[in-house]
Amino acid sequence: MTGFLLLGPLLLRFATAIALMFAWRQIVWQRYISLVGEALAVTASAVLLWQVQTKGTLVMQAGNWAAPYGISFVVDSFSAMLLLVASMVGLGVSLFAAGSMLNNRLRFGFYPIYHFLLAGISGAFLAGDIFNLYVWFEVMIISSFVLLTLGGERSQIEGAVKYFTLNFLASIIFLTALAMLYGLTGTLNMADLSLRLAQVEQRSLVDICAFILFVAFGIKSAVFPLYFWLPASYHTPPVAVTAIFGGLLTKVGVYAIIRVFTLLFPWDAFIEQMLGAVAVLTILSGGLGALVQKHVVKSVSWLIICHIGFMLAAVATHNQQALAGALFYMVHDMVAKTGVFLATGIMYRLVASHLYSKMGGVMQKHPGWSVLLVIPLFSLVGIPPLSGFWPKLSMLIGMATAEKWWFFGAVLVGSFITLVVVMRLWIEVFWKPASQEEVVGFRYFKQYPTAKQGAMLLGMLVMVGCSLLIVYGAPQLQSWSLQAAEDLLSPQVYLEQVLKIGKEIEP
Amino acid sequence: MKSIILKAAAGFLLPLLLLFSLFLLLRGHYLPGGGFVGGLVASIAFVLHAFAGGMKKGQKYFPFHPGFLMPVGLLLAFLSALLPMVTGDGAFMTGLWYPHPVPVIGMLGTALFFDLGVYLLVVGVTLTIIFTIVEAA
Amino acid sequence: MDVIMALLIGLLYAAGIFMMFRRSLVKLIIGVILLGNGVNLLIFLLGRLVKGKPPIIAADAKVLVEGAYADPVPQALILTAIVISFGLQAFAIVLIKRAYKVVHTDDLDDINTREEEE
Repeated sequence: MTGFLLLGPLLLRFATAIALMFAWRQIVWQRYISLVGEALAVTASAVLLWQVQTKGTLVMQAGNWAAPYGISFVVDSFSAMLLLVASMVGLGVSLFAAGSMLNNRLRFGFYPIYHFLLAGISGAFLAGDIFNLYVWFEVMIISSFVLLTLGGERSQIEGAVKYFTLNFLASIIFLTALAMLYGLTGTLNMADLSLRLAQVEQRSLVDICAFILFVAFGIKSAVFPLYFWLPASYHTPPVAVTAIFGGLLTKVGVYAIIRVFTLLFPWDAFIEQMLGAVAVLTILSGGLGALVQKHVVKSVSWLIICHIGFMLAAVATHNQQALAGALFYMVHDMVAKTGVFLATGIMYRLVASHLYSKMGGVMQKHPGWSVLLVIPLFSLVGIPPLSGFWPKLSMLIGMATAEKWWFFGAVLVGSFITLVVVMRLWIEVFWKPASQEEVVGFRYFKQYPTAKQGAMLLGMLVMVGCSLLIVYGAPQLQSWSLQAAEDLLSPQVYLEQVLKIGKEIEP
Repeated sequence: MKSIILKAAAGFLLPLLLLFSLFLLLRGHYLPGGGFVGGLVASIAFVLHAFAGGMKKGQKYFPFHPGFLMPVGLLLAFLSALLPMVTGDGAFMTGLWYPHPVPVIGMLGTALFFDLGVYLLVVGVTLTIIFTIVEAA
Repeated sequence: MDVIMALLIGLLYAAGIFMMFRRSLVKLIIGVILLGNGVNLLIFLLGRLVKGKPPIIAADAKVLVEGAYADPVPQALILTAIVISFGLQAFAIVLIKRAYKVVHTDDLDDINTREEEE
């Protein structure tokens, strides 16, 4: 039964995607299949999280091949938390897409590919083998290429060329690092690698491996100086696609960084300096980029980069409190970013523009929406008591106790920039009087059929609900994160679980 | 491409290549071969036919859109990977084997059905890609 | 043999990256393909080269002698990587075809125009 429990979120995504491929032409049915599949995945992930919290780390060896030789799937409380949040985000975006996505794009298979993307993401969280992690990354990346180009408009193609090139390069670099790791240790199982890398005598080679892996994951999670593909491409696809990209994709890169630099490589000064310097520069460059943008989606895209820096800085601090903050921040960030991107989609449909100069008057004309959208927008900043505040507090306390004042300052500056960007957005879009007449021929929100309006509203409500749930469950989440951070920093439990179970099966 | 030699040869090569692809598929578990290679060889058979006699002729051999093979292949591979989890205590993708060898095929097990799924998937994907590119050109 | 392989891999990487830095979309794809092949060979090389032996341990072998069989793991990894890069390259080719149709240029510099206009 462990198998179904552990692989549940992954298998359900695959089953949903296959069912959706059989229903390729029935786009009405596809919406329902996707919703049911995602709702089941949320349930499965919730059960998995509950089981992991009560029983501890779960392990399954694919094909019953013992641990260092076969492929392991591992869930600890870190990955279980992320799996649950990713499914909730998936459900919200699936609902929103049911309302906002054009039939034209649905006919080219938006939903099946969307579920393959989610399968790739959940696979990456489950993988206990670094080559398997690479494969799930590819599943995710290939699906994201298709989602990005679906529709084939000029701006989309232009964005996709950059996105494709950089992400392909990242895959190649990732594979290069894997080849080196295999050459050094002769294994690819992460638990086994952790033990063997500690014994390698040529430390410089290990550091080179760490650096190459960091470059690969750095491109995927958009850190300084390799982030420029992100703002060049994220504003081009339909808003549901941008929301799922902004919410989940870069965070999978951060997950990989956290996993690799806590489990695989022994922490040393080189890794700390590398992560720390990149983190501070990422926060600053992302924040400054966000400040100068005149396009709503672009400025939020730059904020993604800025906030990736927060998590990296907390990882580089390398103590339990800060790392717990980083894990909690990931949970918050997935929900908040998706919520904000969906909010930009709603704003676009309300005022017919993405540019600050042409937007305005939302508060006056749509007070109901304003009340709803204030929650994701200000969660992003972390105004207490909204969800961004608590993880940031934990990160800052951790940084202060470790006396990493550079990180402390950078996170404060980044938060301040985020506040300025979101306040400006609020003033320009909501408070400012409407600056343009109704555009003739534009499809405003009110012109959508009621069912589609309802789907978009529900999708938005799911994200707002998740955000409030994080606020309500903040103490619980913080204690889980602390526990998960402790397990990450001293990975004995992980190693024992993965390698011990292998020994039991051996005759 | 108008070549009488290629045209005549393609007619003979189609069944031969298909048979060869099945051979590769079946020997794949213990020897070089397998679903991916077999699927590529099978799709080459149809692509060759399409080259020799035009796209219409190549597609004629397919009673349905090759894209339909994708979900079928995926489902087959998915179910054969899932089966050991349903029937016993086996983990995901554990091989279940029928204890007696079957003539021609050899040992029968879930691995074969997984490979068959991969075979169908590869044929579906490759032909969909190639037919779509050629049609759009 | 190892040295020749290492040189070849270096050459493939260098050529691939050089091609990616050119401005033409078609050369970008060629670079991508060269890099993909280079990394596959690198996995092969770092899995230790064994000459003329299959990745199978003989049924009657009592002890495992190094060099009597090839390591099967790199071969499996390369197969997976080849399949993935096959998919990626197919996508890339369709993408540049589409890009040429929409943007009417092969020059990567001209693809940026759109952003500056906004």
